[in-house]
Amino acid sequence: MTRRPPTADLAPLPAARFDASAARHLLARAGFGGTPAQVDALAAIGLDRAVDLIVNYDGQPAKPVSPDDFDRDLIPPLTREEREQLQRARRERDEATVERLERKENQTKAEDRRQLQSLREWWLARMIESARPLEEKLTLFWHGHFATGARTIEDSWLMFQQNQLFRTHAAGNFATLVLNVIRDPAMIRYLDNDDSRRGRPNENLARELLELFVLGEGSGYTEQDIKEGARALTGYTLEGEDFVFRENNHDGGPKSILGRRGNWNGDDFVRIALERTECSRFVCGKLHRFFVNDVPEQDLAPSHAAARAAAVDAMAAELRAQQYELRPVLAKLFRSAHFFDASNRASVIKSPAQLVVQTIRQLGTPPRQLSSLTAACELMGQDLFQPPNVKGWDGGRSWINTSTLFVRQNLAVYLLTGKRPGMYDWENDSARFDADALVAGAADRADEAPANRAAAASARPDRAADLAPEQLVDRLLSVTLAAPAHPARRDELVRFATQQTAPGARAERTLSTLALITALPEFQLA
Amino acid sequence: MHEPNAFSRRIFIRQGVMLASFAATLPHFIQESALGMLAPEGSGTSSRPGVPEERILVVVQLSGGNDGLNAVIPYGDPEYHNARPGIGLGEPGKAKNGGAALQLDQDRGIGLHPNLTGLKELHDQGKLSVVAGVGYPNPNRSHFASMDIWQCGRPEGKGTGWLGRYVDAACNGNPAADMAVSIGRTAPLAMMGSQSKPVAFESADLFRWLGADAGGTMDAEYQRMARAGTLPGVEAGSQESFLMRTALDAQVTSDRIRAAVKKQPLVPYPGSPLAKQLQTVAAMIRDGMKTRVYYVSMGGFDTHANQPGSHGNLMRQLGDALLAFQKDLAAQGNEGRVVTMCFSEFGRRVRQNASNGTDHGTAGPVFLLGPAVQPGLRGKYPSLTDLDGGDLKFTTDFRGVYQELLGRWMRAPTEQVLGGTYEAPGLVRA
Repeated sequence: MTRRPPTADLAPLPAARFDASAARHLLARAGFGGTPAQVDALAAIGLDRAVDLIVNYDGQPAKPVSPDDFDRDLIPPLTREEREQLQRARRERDEATVERLERKENQTKAEDRRQLQSLREWWLARMIESARPLEEKLTLFWHGHFATGARTIEDSWLMFQQNQLFRTHAAGNFATLVLNVIRDPAMIRYLDNDDSRRGRPNENLARELLELFVLGEGSGYTEQDIKEGARALTGYTLEGEDFVFRENNHDGGPKSILGRRGNWNGDDFVRIALERTECSRFVCGKLHRFFVNDVPEQDLAPSHAAARAAAVDAMAAELRAQQYELRPVLAKLFRSAHFFDASNRASVIKSPAQLVVQTIRQLGTPPRQLSSLTAACELMGQDLFQPPNVKGWDGGRSWINTSTLFVRQNLAVYLLTGKRPGMYDWENDSARFDADALVAGAADRADEAPANRAAAASARPDRAADLAPEQLVDRLLSVTLAAPAHPARRDELVRFATQQTAPGARAERTLSTLALITALPEFQLA
Repeated sequence: MHEPNAFSRRIFIRQGVMLASFAATLPHFIQESALGMLAPEGSGTSSRPGVPEERILVVVQLSGGNDGLNAVIPYGDPEYHNARPGIGLGEPGKAKNGGAALQLDQDRGIGLHPNLTGLKELHDQGKLSVVAGVGYPNPNRSHFASMDIWQCGRPEGKGTGWLGRYVDAACNGNPAADMAVSIGRTAPLAMMGSQSKPVAFESADLFRWLGADAGGTMDAEYQRMARAGTLPGVEAGSQESFLMRTALDAQVTSDRIRAAVKKQPLVPYPGSPLAKQLQTVAAMIRDGMKTRVYYVSMGGFDTHANQPGSHGNLMRQLGDALLAFQKDLAAQGNEGRVVTMCFSEFGRRVRQNASNGTDHGTAGPVFLLGPAVQPGLRGKYPSLTDLDGGDLKFTTDFRGVYQELLGRWMRAPTEQVLGGTYEAPGLVRA
């Protein structure tokens, strides 16, 4: 089953080849998937309009985000004076003061953790509900790219602000985004730039800018570039929870960064790094991996690896030509034959957030309890607002191990049935999922496989219960899996569906077959 | 990422066509039994109950860069106090910045962090080896790059992991699914071999499919599909193949592990995440699982600012968890079978920063625990004045530590795994 390599450039897919299967792929990758009806609607308007609808999403309605959605002044954390007072009290064994200040600090942190949890649920709800799925998906991408951990920040409002920053610039200009990121209070605090000043630069932000945000490790910069970049970033600091540039903390002296000499500041540092072609290749490589294919390099046939490299090059060239505007690059990618190529289908492992949101949006299950869903995300290795480190989530196959695979399967069980998996401490959710809605009228809907369409047209059953086991299984597989099912799987499932003859089992036939499909290893692929 | 060599070729020849044809559909450990039957008597390294071969290595990873100078404190060196006016700790009996070191080596003026009382107790029992100044040439100060270097066991930080290669070698290329177990969200690179991958889970309770609980005949159907492994015709190296194989491994290891961790531990454990992980490891060792290598981790060591409080808490959690683990193993009668290694990706700079914290540095101490270790301070403590750009020069190559653990302790051929031989002070009593 060796696949032919995909086209290496970004030439558009011929319009006639944009069928329901292609529309499903587009919706799953550029968003979080959709119901069969949404897929059909997208297929019907054609490739160009479909991509336009998804990428130029400003025309779609969205819940407005207001700074007041979360409480900025929840309980003010200890002031610098209070912290000093606490340290003094500890030294002097003034136990009363220690106790008072520690209690205040603990209370603040507990309140903040509660707000952080609300923020997680708020964001997950946006992913589930949004009419601009690409906006939320890119927000997730940037969160992983400019990874910042809430536990270090201990300020949920700053995490909210950062999340909104990623949303505002999600498909905008990458250069603008980076210039905003070096002013982002959460990032400044996460990478200690608020402790960096003239004469005592802290290298953390400068290092990660080159290594993880803009150029990528091993792309030709030196330790000296990092040191000089750190000097350039001095003075980019905080006043309370707000960004401030402090001239008197800034090192205005001459610096040599990536071979350029001048009295550079942090913005100059970013611009100099962005001038390197390595930047566009690095960012496009990550976008390609996120949207198109995350099979590890060593597992690709050389011809496929070459096609991937060429496609990333083409994206990078476009990004440079567009002066770092992301939208045109994404539009070009999502229209390309490369993107729709068979070898790029079922080639991305769903991230935990993707799995949760796509299962809900694609199968139409009740969303159940958001707190349960965020807990499941954490168990699957994606605690929102708490990436494992500044490198973000590794993604791809690192999502899957013998343990997370069970959590993934059990999450699907919970969404389908509302039954509480194992040790999570939550109530059963009695909202019923109508699995039959997925297949009812299957015969009337244009399916992608002509053979199926003909078979369906000849049978024309109008109730799920009347579908032949083969029709039921084919329909469920086509709306759930990212690639055609293996014949052995289909046979197995048809045999199972055929056996569901007892009255109770027959009534639940669609649901139980679907539950088995969601437990298939292949279900983890988008 | 092909490992070179004669070694893989040997595997291929031995497995031959017969096993190759099974490979896609058999779980790893069934393959191993098949291989065991084919292999001549005495040629394998598979362990028999009760024999010294059944030794276990537990690795504790401290992520973020543990401040070695405040964990293993050169209190006798005035330069230590000069460089760290706000965070330097006092000599034994003379508290400074909130604490006084616990005595480790009076002659050399070296002590342990005041909160490492657990390690101090083990030291006093002769079950702690502190290897000073462990590092590698051309230190990388990126957390991830340096952690990759430690986990790969190679200065270039690329390729397979050192423990993964060990398992590959020890199992003749057919590792049992539970040869290596990692507790945590993601499997560490250190355990990724060219053939072997660790079992990785965070909680044993959820280590199964719960869909069957919904009723009907689904469980039998699920079992059939999960146990099918890689279906015929599925391309090797594809996402499908990877997922199908992982699903099979998950299914066959689930039952064993859930059975193992059910028992109450023999000693009380603290409530920290590290203690919970070590408790789970101890339960699996007690249950007689064949696992030879366990991996746990603890984060939070990136103490750039206001270090004393946070680092003190980390030291307390670390020492207490390791002590409870060691006591549990002793109560089980398994203590003699286990050596635990505790490392971090780098130490921190000698001089504290302006935020009462420390920035990324180079060499740091490695702790080894168990009755089999050479107790006390081993190796040369790095100079605080003969520095490289303000950072310590390493005195023991980290691969020397690995060599001791794999060679002397696990009795594996180390040259193949580590790609060379390295100097190391004696660390294990063999």
